[in-house]
Amino acid sequence: MLLFLGKRLLQLVPTLFFVSLIIFSLQQLLPGDPALAMAGEERDPAVLEQIRRQYRLDQPLYVQYVYWVGGVLSGNLGESMRLKEPVLTLIAQKFPVTLQLALMAIVISLLIGVSAGVISAVKKDTPVDYAVNLVALWGISTPNFWLGIMLIFLFAVYLGWLPASGYVGPLEDFWLSLKTTILPAFVLGNSFAAVLMRHTRSAMLQAMSSDYVRTARAKGLAERKVVLKHAMRNALTPVVTLGALELGTLLSGAVLTEQVFSIPGFGKLIVDSVFNRDYAVVQGVTLVTASTYILLNLLADIAYVFINPRLRS
Amino acid sequence: MAVSGTFGLELAEESPGARAWRRLVKRRGAVLGLGIIFVFVIVAVFAPLIAPYDPVQQSWSTIRKPPSLQHWFGTDESGRDLFSRVIFGARASLLAGVVSISIALGLGVPIGLLAGYAGKWTDALISRITDAMLACPFLILAIALAAFLGPSLENAMIAIGVTATPIFIRLTRGQVLAVKVEDYVEAARAVGNPPTRVAYKHILPNILPALIVQATISVATAIIAEASLSFLGLGQQPPAPSWGSMLNTAQRFLTNAPWMAIWPGLAIFLIVLSFNMVGDGLRDALDPKER
Repeated sequence: MLLFLGKRLLQLVPTLFFVSLIIFSLQQLLPGDPALAMAGEERDPAVLEQIRRQYRLDQPLYVQYVYWVGGVLSGNLGESMRLKEPVLTLIAQKFPVTLQLALMAIVISLLIGVSAGVISAVKKDTPVDYAVNLVALWGISTPNFWLGIMLIFLFAVYLGWLPASGYVGPLEDFWLSLKTTILPAFVLGNSFAAVLMRHTRSAMLQAMSSDYVRTARAKGLAERKVVLKHAMRNALTPVVTLGALELGTLLSGAVLTEQVFSIPGFGKLIVDSVFNRDYAVVQGVTLVTASTYILLNLLADIAYVFINPRLRS
Repeated sequence: MAVSGTFGLELAEESPGARAWRRLVKRRGAVLGLGIIFVFVIVAVFAPLIAPYDPVQQSWSTIRKPPSLQHWFGTDESGRDLFSRVIFGARASLLAGVVSISIALGLGVPIGLLAGYAGKWTDALISRITDAMLACPFLILAIALAAFLGPSLENAMIAIGVTATPIFIRLTRGQVLAVKVEDYVEAARAVGNPPTRVAYKHILPNILPALIVQATISVATAIIAEASLSFLGLGQQPPAPSWGSMLNTAQRFLTNAPWMAIWPGLAIFLIVLSFNMVGDGLRDALDPKER
């Protein structure tokens, strides 16, 4: 187990190195002089010169990269040109909002996706199975920003049950927080539920045809117990780890969902920064998102080995 | 699998393509998907002939009119005919789907072939870069790339294509590793074929099924990605019609003109659903276990 952990951690080093290279090189794609973009309306040569010196744009690329990585490693992701605040502070402010949305989306998608997947596998090749598969196909094919707009129309404009946009933190007012986040969380969890449903269905079908399920049935256990206790418990292991791998998609989805519902989270931060040419924030958010994804992957791998006794040895 | 080419033999009576097609057309979902895609392609190609109005022509006398006999889908905030705009919007979406995935295939397949076939350090280096690219969430990387390149449909297609490339590198590499130990590849190497010829003539045709399935499903993802970038203002620029940017505008008029939000969204949903259904059908039709 320790050897596995060591190997897995070692593999992270080159991956993180290349992630940093990709994100650093994003700035190089900027057409024209980055100093001009940073200066905005300002065209004074002295100011441009000062910006070049301040951001080390007058140095060779590898020197710029080394300084950038050095800053990142010491927790300095640069400063937002628009908001005049450290990027890390901005991320720390916005991350909890997106985290709340993502966690709610995960709970919703687990409830819908796993139960639908189990039912679909148990009722294989029946109209119920076909219906669940159709719903999953619908979930994967619906753009979440369109679903968001349609739900705002139905629940906020037409029925008037829920607010159309905005965000209230759970510590300020729990019920209002729930009201402002339930629609975006559902929208965010929608396609994730469909993916989970497909994974659960195939894992359950495999588990249902295994020897231990046949033994459980032969012992005379009730079908309900066979499905829930024997098949589902084993089928959920790969589902949980595959689910963790899909979390990156959830973070991508948050960008659009937060935009539609005007939620001041991580996604809205990156979009606002893109339009205000606040490149340090774009780089910082991309870096943090990628690192979170890599960390989740690592945790999923460890959990998989930990849960599965055959891999532990 | 038909063993052909190397020894000039054709052992199977039916070509793999014909067999896959025969299996594909047996699947109702895939046929329906193909039908819808065909309709969208026709609509996109003949848009100027089909659309009843000019998609960018503003008319102050028909602002935000609900669907009627004159304007089947209603009109938008500038009095433009939504039916005509949805028809022309098909061009941007289909083009973005096909072009960006062609970019991803064009870059990803040769690199994946190189990684899988060369092995050792080349493989290790390419695999780590692929891991790093896959670690950056698809849309966030596409947004960052599109933002740095500048907002336009062409740049959105490049951003989506580049972001989708690592999927094809990883898939091609994995398939090459499985195929390169097969006897026919060993034989091709033994008779003195240079590595490039072995890779392109003997390995590539045998990994095509997996690539076709992935490409079909990726076109669906790319269409959603283009719509997402346009929705955020990073794709097709107004007044040129694009389903994503139409939805962005529609959101502002949800109370007064909800029809503005229905049609472009429905169009994205239908085309993406169709590509997903064809992808699912192809996966079953090309699965060797089904033979």
